[in-house]
Amino acid sequence: MTATETPFEPRIVAFCCRHCAYAAADLAGTSRLAYPPALKIVELPCTGRVDVLELLRTFEDGVDGLLVAGCLPGRCHYLAGNLHARQRVDYARRWLEDIGLEGERLRMINLSAAMGAQFAELATEMAETIKDLGPSPLGTRQTAGQGLSIGSTPLPGEAVHDHGDGR
Amino acid sequence: MDQISAPAPAAQAPAPVRRFKSGSNLERMLAAGHFAVTAEIGPPKSHDAEVIRRKAALLEGCVDAANITDNQTAVVRLSSIASGAILVGQGLEPVVQMTCRDRNRLAMQSDLLGAAALGIRNVLCLTGDHQSHGNHPGAKNVHDIDSIQMVRMVKEMRDEGLFQCGEEISGGGPPLLIGAAANPFADPFELRVHRLAKKAAAGADFIQTQLVFDMSRFREYMKRVVDLGLHEKVAILAGVGPLKSAGMARHMRDKVPGMVVPDGTVARMEAAVDGVAAEDKQARREAWRAEGIRICIEQIRELREIEGLRGVHIMAIEWEEAVRPIVEGAGLFPRPAPEV
Amino acid sequence: MIVAKQKPLSELTAMLDGYRNVLAVGCGTCVTVCFAGGVKEVGILASALRMARRLDGEPMSVAETTVQRQCEAEYIAPLAEGLDEFDAVLSLGCGVGVQTLAERFPGKRVLPALDTAFMGLPTEQGVWEERCQGCGHCVLDITGGICPVSRCAKQLMNGPCGGSQGGMCEVDTDTPCAWQLIWERLAGQGLADRLLEIQPPRDWSTSRDGGPRRIVRDDLRLPPAEDV
Repeated sequence: MTATETPFEPRIVAFCCRHCAYAAADLAGTSRLAYPPALKIVELPCTGRVDVLELLRTFEDGVDGLLVAGCLPGRCHYLAGNLHARQRVDYARRWLEDIGLEGERLRMINLSAAMGAQFAELATEMAETIKDLGPSPLGTRQTAGQGLSIGSTPLPGEAVHDHGDGR
Repeated sequence: MDQISAPAPAAQAPAPVRRFKSGSNLERMLAAGHFAVTAEIGPPKSHDAEVIRRKAALLEGCVDAANITDNQTAVVRLSSIASGAILVGQGLEPVVQMTCRDRNRLAMQSDLLGAAALGIRNVLCLTGDHQSHGNHPGAKNVHDIDSIQMVRMVKEMRDEGLFQCGEEISGGGPPLLIGAAANPFADPFELRVHRLAKKAAAGADFIQTQLVFDMSRFREYMKRVVDLGLHEKVAILAGVGPLKSAGMARHMRDKVPGMVVPDGTVARMEAAVDGVAAEDKQARREAWRAEGIRICIEQIRELREIEGLRGVHIMAIEWEEAVRPIVEGAGLFPRPAPEV
Repeated sequence: MIVAKQKPLSELTAMLDGYRNVLAVGCGTCVTVCFAGGVKEVGILASALRMARRLDGEPMSVAETTVQRQCEAEYIAPLAEGLDEFDAVLSLGCGVGVQTLAERFPGKRVLPALDTAFMGLPTEQGVWEERCQGCGHCVLDITGGICPVSRCAKQLMNGPCGGSQGGMCEVDTDTPCAWQLIWERLAGQGLADRLLEIQPPRDWSTSRDGGPRRIVRDDLRLPPAEDV
């Protein structure tokens, strides 16, 4: 930890659908549009892959904000994956509020592959929202640049049991 | 009317022959072929017996018997049996209502014996409004038996002197005239007459219907009743009641399950205050109430022409003052004395 | 299936106040199928509890496991190993599962994470409805396969009350009137006249009113030891 106060740079994860938002993020990058540096993008085959468990685990791992970015309504390659994602995001937001985290830390956005500028804009807007909220109280803010693990490693205090199933 | 003849008295002084099931005034009026009139008293949400006495006084001479509701709309009120006993003391004959919602078969039978011991001679067997509509929505409902099973239970108690379990009631069963309710306006319509038939078969002596506003549907219902000959097995009293305001008419039309109020009736209530200044609340109230009573009187006159109908049951909810003008206006006053 | 739903998180955090190391146990049968207590729901709840407790400044470890069938002793027996390290067990099973754990591990605090609601079926994705109350004396033969004990708010046995309107129940206008359904079913089968028979009062002693019920099958019991 450095002695001088570094400005709060929100750690945001974006779960992006490969068919739209992931390409839009790519477009934003190649167009040299600025978006928040601490945004980590996770490519998904469809936002319909998003699960409430993964959303919560990501917050448990200490992210400050989470974007789920799917196709425009009616444009999902799997017809309704983005609509399922919307319902799960709403459900997960209720969990966050019950837990004591602000629901605004989780947001669903809808984009097409051509909307690079909008991606950059919405990601920046999200970062501003998170800056206003401050860091997640669950974040273990250590030295800058330390990697973020997402739902992969066993969590502190989490034993893995597999008694009794599949017998 | 079925008449139960007692065995010939063995000795000197002739014992009083039990010619009636209950001997109630209502039973005698129906047996004499009079067009019966009953009305409803809602007990207070307090232990104030004066409220009962005051309401009863308003009905004296106007009705053959007065129903006492049993925790109506699932709201706790002074007990129907206690209220009935107060009426007995005052000389007005009660019809005690009893729901299946609040009592199991033990409590029902115990209360029926108690009611008879207090001089009550009529009981109305009801399912009961669901507790979710009342002031204790978290209460557990009972529904050990349903209203048809209750009718049969009371009949077996009275006529066979048996408890529901089959044990004998020492000294014989309670002399109670058995009433039941019918709603010609609930669904499915086809089943409504069948359900009445079941109540008659179970042993109901009289039926009081839900409030009638839709005369054509009620005529259709009564036609089916007469076609099946049910009017000869059970005395049917049509429920009527004065509307208090256009708002009440609309509420009953739109919000009360199992109630049909024709648009024409609502329109008449709305038109009743035409020309009355909106700010003159008192004048509007009186105009509405006068129209409500007029409509009710017209209905009773129409109902009297329907084949198979044996009387009316007037439900003037929290407005017992309306009963006398209605009975008078309908030409049913004074009440005849039963000859038998 | 048995249908349950998770208790509110606030109720669970209050219930778990003071515990530091909890084992959350799911069940792979009914409550998995109704998305209340399977592997995934255990994961979600455990994660939520850990986060909530960290935010409260009272961190709690919540380990996760799911057994195939929490209502049978042999499936939960393996949990005995390592159970000592936990100061409470949070069951995501139905009420039977909770009690099976509590009976098997009487020295351990076993707490319910679910409210067990009813026996029912999914009527569409994400919607479950009650169909059976286990009253102990099935009447579906006389009611056209539609249960008035579980589906009529007044458990009527002789037809609809006066509150049935437009096919719906007076208690909740989104709930179909069971007797309307029974009537339509039997009328459709040409058996409407069966509804004219008066059904006598029920013997509720076969239901919950007779106390906890028990079924004994002598043909399935183990022979007495002395005979073996």
